[in-house]
Amino acid sequence: MAATPNGVWQRVLGIDRRWIFVLVGLGTVLPLLFPVNLPVTPSPRVQAAYDAIEAVPEGSIVLMSIDYEPDIMAELQPMSIAVLRHCFRRNLRPVILTLYPAGPRLVEQALAVATAAEGKKRYEDYVFLGYKSGNQAVILGLGENIRGLFPRDFYGVRTDSIPLMQRVNSYADFPLLINLSGSAIADYYIRIGASRYHRPMILGATAVMATDYYPYLSSRQLLGLIGGMKGAAEYERLMGIVGDARRGMDAQSLVHVIVVILVLLGNVALFATGGLKRRIGGGA
Amino acid sequence: MSHDVGTWVAALLTLCVFSFLYRDNPFYRFAEHLFVGASAGYLLAVQYQNVFRPNVIEKIGHGELLPFVPLVLGILILGRAWERTSGLARWSLAFYVGIYSGIAVPSYLQAQIFAQLADAVKPFQPGWGAVNSGLILLGFLSVLAYFFFSAPHKGLHGFSARTGIWFLMVAFGASFGYTVMARISLLIARMQFLMRDWMGILPGA
Repeated sequence: MAATPNGVWQRVLGIDRRWIFVLVGLGTVLPLLFPVNLPVTPSPRVQAAYDAIEAVPEGSIVLMSIDYEPDIMAELQPMSIAVLRHCFRRNLRPVILTLYPAGPRLVEQALAVATAAEGKKRYEDYVFLGYKSGNQAVILGLGENIRGLFPRDFYGVRTDSIPLMQRVNSYADFPLLINLSGSAIADYYIRIGASRYHRPMILGATAVMATDYYPYLSSRQLLGLIGGMKGAAEYERLMGIVGDARRGMDAQSLVHVIVVILVLLGNVALFATGGLKRRIGGGA
Repeated sequence: MSHDVGTWVAALLTLCVFSFLYRDNPFYRFAEHLFVGASAGYLLAVQYQNVFRPNVIEKIGHGELLPFVPLVLGILILGRAWERTSGLARWSLAFYVGIYSGIAVPSYLQAQIFAQLADAVKPFQPGWGAVNSGLILLGFLSVLAYFFFSAPHKGLHGFSARTGIWFLMVAFGASFGYTVMARISLLIARMQFLMRDWMGILPGA
């Protein structure tokens, strides 16, 4: 017996959610295996972040705080690599720290990729201070005495003895503050680094966080904002490199199309079966 | 396929977690419990090596007395474990709340109230930028109206509040779209790890 249209929509509403997982899984795997390299157009926010680094005079030392752990490295690790490579390409010297216990290994991984690609050396071209517990207290301390806060770098070398570190000791010594963060640490840097110490700042954040930080762009507390894997892909595009973010954008686009179709389908099915009326009326 | 043991462990644990998509099962629970235990252990070790040892043990070993203050305050926090001594934890918490408020309140006011207010009332941008400026001002005032509950949402105030709801809905929609993108990003990265680092069927990083 042929199903009535209403019956078809009922079946759509009752579909096992695991079929949706399979669909999303295929939408992710197939574009990775067979990329079509859809175009990536940089947004004004990412372009502004890129321009902020371009505007820093060559040879300057910039402060970079990389604050995330493996749970969100999918979004922020490609960003870290791209921004580090940009700094190195411009002969900027990042002083890097992390406020997350599991951060140092990720920073080392990003540095390994960026230094190999741009041919840079530890202590000559960058310093990695390592992890420090205390979030806001550390961010506040960066404005007072960095070498006192980090008497030794991540590898146990006294920061007083590193020539690059002898040139900097507080926010005032850095022409740019870069924070790549997946948490409220970004807020602390905006409040203290950008607002109290008036340092020009760019932020790389997860996509979930991105919209929360748009107001700071308008108020110029942030010069640029890189949001999620899409932002990282845009940055890679500006850098002329192909990293994990750009490789993932085909899958990102296809899965978004799938999600949009499923949302539309679900809503049409709900209307067609009168489900909305039942729900509003308190029915099943 | 990878020859690295660590990659194999990570890949198999990823598959264990993914198995939850079919249904709850012992492999998923094993991975979940292992994650919780390993995270707690790692955190404890890092905090001991990076915080407790250099800031307390080594400094006291060098004859400094100041580290006894945070040490005692930290020990008092543990008093919450027993009902009779739980009151002692209040001293530590009071100290912590006082310090935190001292740091947070002025910087919060400066960065998130005054700077945002100044931005909200700045002159409109020239040309088409004025449309953006107008929308921001309209959104700012109407959303404020929505959250003003001291007067009933009727008349002009009600109209403003309803307009505010539209702005809020657009903001929530944008936020939800970004959230979908974030979750898919996590899946993509795991697939990249499985297919490139573990199986070796994707090009290198």
